[in-house]
Amino acid sequence: MSAVNSSAGAETAVARKKLGFGFWLCIGWLAAMVFIALFTPLLPLKSPTANFLDSSQGRPPYSPSWKHWFGTDKDARDVFARTLYGARISLTVGFSAITAGFLVGGTIGVMSGYFRGWIDRVSSFVFVVLLSFPSLVLAILLTSLIERSLLTVSLVLGLLSIAPVGRLARAATLQYSEREFVLAARQIGAKDRHIIVKEILPNVAIPMSSLALLGMAVAVVAEGGLAFLGLSVEKGITWGGLIQLGSDASKTLEKAPWISFFPILMLFLTVLSLNFAGDRLRTFFDVKEMTL
Amino acid sequence: MNTTSAVASESEPFIETVGLKTHFRTPRGIARAVDGVTIQIRRGQSLGVVGESGSGKTVLSRSIMGLLPRNGVIREGSVRYRGEEIGNRTPKEMRSVWGREMAMVFQDPMTSLNPVMKVGKQVTESLRLHLGMNAAEATEVAEKIFRDVRIPEPSRRLNQYPHELSGGMRQRVMIAIAMACGPNMLFADEPTTALDVTVQAQILELLSEQIHDRNMSMLLVTHNLGVVAGYTDEIAVMYGGKVVERAPTKVLFDNVKMPYTEALLQSIPRLTQPSHSRLAMIPGRPPDLVNPPTGCRFAPRCAYARDLCRSEEPPLTTAETPDHTFACHFPVGSPEYLERKVEIERRGATTGGGN
Repeated sequence: MSAVNSSAGAETAVARKKLGFGFWLCIGWLAAMVFIALFTPLLPLKSPTANFLDSSQGRPPYSPSWKHWFGTDKDARDVFARTLYGARISLTVGFSAITAGFLVGGTIGVMSGYFRGWIDRVSSFVFVVLLSFPSLVLAILLTSLIERSLLTVSLVLGLLSIAPVGRLARAATLQYSEREFVLAARQIGAKDRHIIVKEILPNVAIPMSSLALLGMAVAVVAEGGLAFLGLSVEKGITWGGLIQLGSDASKTLEKAPWISFFPILMLFLTVLSLNFAGDRLRTFFDVKEMTL
Repeated sequence: MNTTSAVASESEPFIETVGLKTHFRTPRGIARAVDGVTIQIRRGQSLGVVGESGSGKTVLSRSIMGLLPRNGVIREGSVRYRGEEIGNRTPKEMRSVWGREMAMVFQDPMTSLNPVMKVGKQVTESLRLHLGMNAAEATEVAEKIFRDVRIPEPSRRLNQYPHELSGGMRQRVMIAIAMACGPNMLFADEPTTALDVTVQAQILELLSEQIHDRNMSMLLVTHNLGVVAGYTDEIAVMYGGKVVERAPTKVLFDNVKMPYTEALLQSIPRLTQPSHSRLAMIPGRPPDLVNPPTGCRFAPRCAYARDLCRSEEPPLTTAETPDHTFACHFPVGSPEYLERKVEIERRGATTGGGN
C-alpha cells in the first residue's frame, strides 16, 4: 500500500518536473512564427501587395480557395501572404519592445534592488509614475505624436514595459541580495559588479524569463491594438492593421469574415503560445525552487 | 605578509578587538547587539564564542570581518588584525583581506551556496579573483581542496549543483570555498546547526583538523557549549552583547565563575545522567537589546542575583588564573553564592517532598 503510494508520488514528482507536451507545442508554434518572420521574403509566397483581380469571380473580396488559402481582401490581395508578412512587424515590435524594456527596466531594477539608497528611491518613484498612466492611453498619445517607424513604435512599447519589468527585477534582486550566498561571495572578496553579474543575475533571470514571454505577448497585443487604431508602423503590414482592414467598412466583417479571421487566429495562437509557455516556465522553475 | 607581522611573536594576539561596539538603528530604538567586546586570538588558536540566540555572537563575528549591512549601523571600538587597525576600513578596502586573510563558514550551507551555480565554480571563483589563476589551474586546486575536505569523487562533485549534494557535503563545499585562498583567520558561524547530529562531529573534526594543518586561527560561534568543548582552545561566553566570562576551555569547565555559564553547562544533556531526568533550563528570555536591564544583564534571570546585581553592572574581574576573566558580583563559589545555593536546594527538597 505505502509502496504503491510512494512510487506514485515519485512519478508525479517526475511528471511535474517536465515541461510537458503543451509547452513544446507552443514553443514549436513560436519557432515557426519566428522562422516565418525571419525568412518571409524567401518563402514561396504570393506578393503581399499584388492585385489578384480575377474577372471570372466578379468583385473581390474572394473567399478562401485553393488558389488563395485565406481568401483575398477587397483589393484582391492574398490574405495568406499578408498574414505571414504581418508576423514580421508584429513579432519584431513585440520582441524589440520587451528587449528594450528588459535592458532598461531590468538594469534599473537590479541596481535599485542591490544598492538600495537613493537609486532605489528615485527609480521606485519613476516606476510608480509610469504605472499610474493607463498604458494603452499613453501608447496612443505617444504614437500619435511621433513619426511611426518600426523603431519608434518598439521604443514606445518598450518604454511602457520598463516599469513592470523593473519592479519585478527589483523585487527578485532584493530577495536574492538578502540570501547568505551573496554575503558569502562578498566575504571571499567579490566586487559589487561581480556579485550582480555572477551571483544575482542568474537567479533573477529565472523569474524574469517567464515574464519575458508574457511581456512579449502583451507587447504583441498592444501593437495589434495600436495598428487597429492606425497608430502602428505606418508603412508595412501588421496583424492589427489586417484585422482593421477586415472590419472597417460596414458589413465587411459580415460578408468577408476571412479577411480579419486569419490574422486574428495567428495573433491569438501566438499570444496564447507566449502566455502558456511563460506560465509553464514559471511553474516549472517554482517546483525546482521547492525541491532545492 | 609584512615584516612587522613576521616578527610578531607567538604570544602576541593575531587578531583582537578592543571595546568593539556594534549598534543597529531600529524603529524601536538603538539595539546594542555588540556592546563593548574585547577579545584576542593568538596565531593558530581557536576561540569559541558561546551564547543564546540574540546574545550578539553572530554580529560580533561579522563586525570583526566588517561584513555588516550598509545602513543603520553604528560601530565603535577597534579591530586589530596582525597589529593593523582594520575596524575603520571601508568594504572596498576590506576586499583584499576577505578571502585571502579572513574567511567565513556560514550556518546554513543551503542558503549560503548559490543555487544556480555549480559548486566547483563557486570554489574556483575566489581562486581566479584573488590569485589570478586561469580556469584549468583553479579547477585543479579546487579538486585538491575538495579532496582535503574529504569530498568523495571530487572531480564529479565539482560539476554538481548545491541541490544535488547532501547537507554535510554542502557544508564541506562551504568550508572548501572558505579555505580556497588559504586564509589565516577563519570565522565559523554555527557551522553545524543546520546539520544532522551524526554529521556535526565530522564537520567539527574537519574544521579543527584544517585549522591545525594550516596553522590558522578560528573563531567558532555556537550556542552549544558541548560543541566548543572539544574543538577550541579558549571560550568566551556572551550574554546581551557582552562577554561575561572568558577562559581557556579546560579552566572554564573546571572552574566556572559566572552563574550564566554554569546554567549553560547544566543545560547540556549528559550520558551520565539517569534517563528521563529533567534537563535544567534557564528561565526567562535573553535581554532586550534596545532597553537592556540596568545592572548585570543576566540579573533578571539569575537565581543568585541580589540588589547590587540589579543596580550596578559588575566589572570584568580576573579569577585565580590570569587568563580567566568574568563579570559577576557573586561568582560561583563566593560566600553569597553558596548561601543562596543552600536556600535553593532546601526549597527544592521541600517542594520535591510535597509532591
